[in-house]
Amino acid sequence: MSVGDFIRNSQVWKSIFRHPAPRDRRNRVVVMLTNFFLHLHPVSIRKQGIALSYTWCMGGITFFLFLVETVTGVLLMFYYRPTLEHAYNDIVTLGQVTTLGVLRELHRWGAHAMVITIWLHMYRVFLTGSYKPPREFNWVVGVILLVLTLLLSFTGYLLPWDQLAIWAITVGSNMARATPLLGHEGPGAKFLVIGGVELIHSGSDARFALLGQRFVGEMTLLRFYVLHCIALPLAVALLIAIHFWRVRKDGGISGPL
Amino acid sequence: MPPLGSKPAPAKPAAKAGSDRRGFFYTIFATWFGAAWAAFTVSLAAMTLGTVRFLFPNVLAEPPSTFKAGTPEQYEPGVVVERYKQEYGVWIVRIDNQIFALSTVCTHLGCTPNWLENEQKFKCPCHGSGFYKDGVNFEGPAPRPLERYKISIGDDGQIVVDKSRKFQKELGQWNDPDASITL
Repeated sequence: MSVGDFIRNSQVWKSIFRHPAPRDRRNRVVVMLTNFFLHLHPVSIRKQGIALSYTWCMGGITFFLFLVETVTGVLLMFYYRPTLEHAYNDIVTLGQVTTLGVLRELHRWGAHAMVITIWLHMYRVFLTGSYKPPREFNWVVGVILLVLTLLLSFTGYLLPWDQLAIWAITVGSNMARATPLLGHEGPGAKFLVIGGVELIHSGSDARFALLGQRFVGEMTLLRFYVLHCIALPLAVALLIAIHFWRVRKDGGISGPL
Repeated sequence: MPPLGSKPAPAKPAAKAGSDRRGFFYTIFATWFGAAWAAFTVSLAAMTLGTVRFLFPNVLAEPPSTFKAGTPEQYEPGVVVERYKQEYGVWIVRIDNQIFALSTVCTHLGCTPNWLENEQKFKCPCHGSGFYKDGVNFEGPAPRPLERYKISIGDDGQIVVDKSRKFQKELGQWNDPDASITL
């Protein structure tokens, strides 16, 4: 009995893989159906679905970059403290002192690349008309994923806590002042008055909720950190699962027009 | 076997609730289920609102919006005082006999300009907006002059700046008596 047969006949192997080797068509199907990770993927796909000239693989690359960002991000969390005292120096330390601190640059470049590839993915889906029925719902999920990716990029931008970060978020969050009804300088906010008390002012509007205070400060750093590391990635992971599952349920990657 | 559709129709709820056992049964279910769902919905809504409210802190480590800034005699004509910029975000400027408090927030996108003494102008490092000493914009993308805060002289003779009220030139508010001190 060869070593390979010995392993494949062991109880450990059989407890994990409960089917014969995928040598015939039936067992190749069983592999896809019984594996937690593979079952999101269709059992069989059209040739067109893996043609690079058709898909550009931009969705796949975006997902790969999300995995890169998740792994490098978790590693960075071991060194980064989101406080006014430590934030900037921790980033400098990662760049100058920490062995393989280049992971931080990987995280940064990966983020830039992910924003580019997700736009190219949207572009491809639009050009190939893949948003049309029955894929309208998955297009909407994709749009939400696009917005979440941009928000991940925006919240991560503040964390180095240098001048560029602080003023970029100051400028960016100032837009929230002009939110209709919910921003204290936005249209309609002046009408939300009860008994002479303004409901929406600089201490209660959308910008305040985003920043945790009236200007970009320590509360903002903490809020963006929590959003960047926990809240947004969880939402993205959930929606990615739905997105992939719906690709399969909606008939696989769309064919050429 | 009886044909489909011949099943006896469910008894109609009694016209007067509670007048017989079945009516009593319906009343209990209607009210208890109704009450339970109502309570569930209300508590869910309350929890959602409470969670939203939780995100708005009640105590902030921000400097007070009103502060004292010495006596008017300390300010010399033509000088931009930067002492209160770091903590309060305010320049106090005296031009001739007029003292006013300028906001250090650029009216373009909210960065903080610098006062350039040699060039006698405020210059924003973000996108290059320029403002004269009186706060009026003259170069770059800023669409309107810097804002001024309420300034007055308190009972003890000291200048009091109140950041909760602002005055905008384009709205004609700089002529307001609270927008500046005239010596």
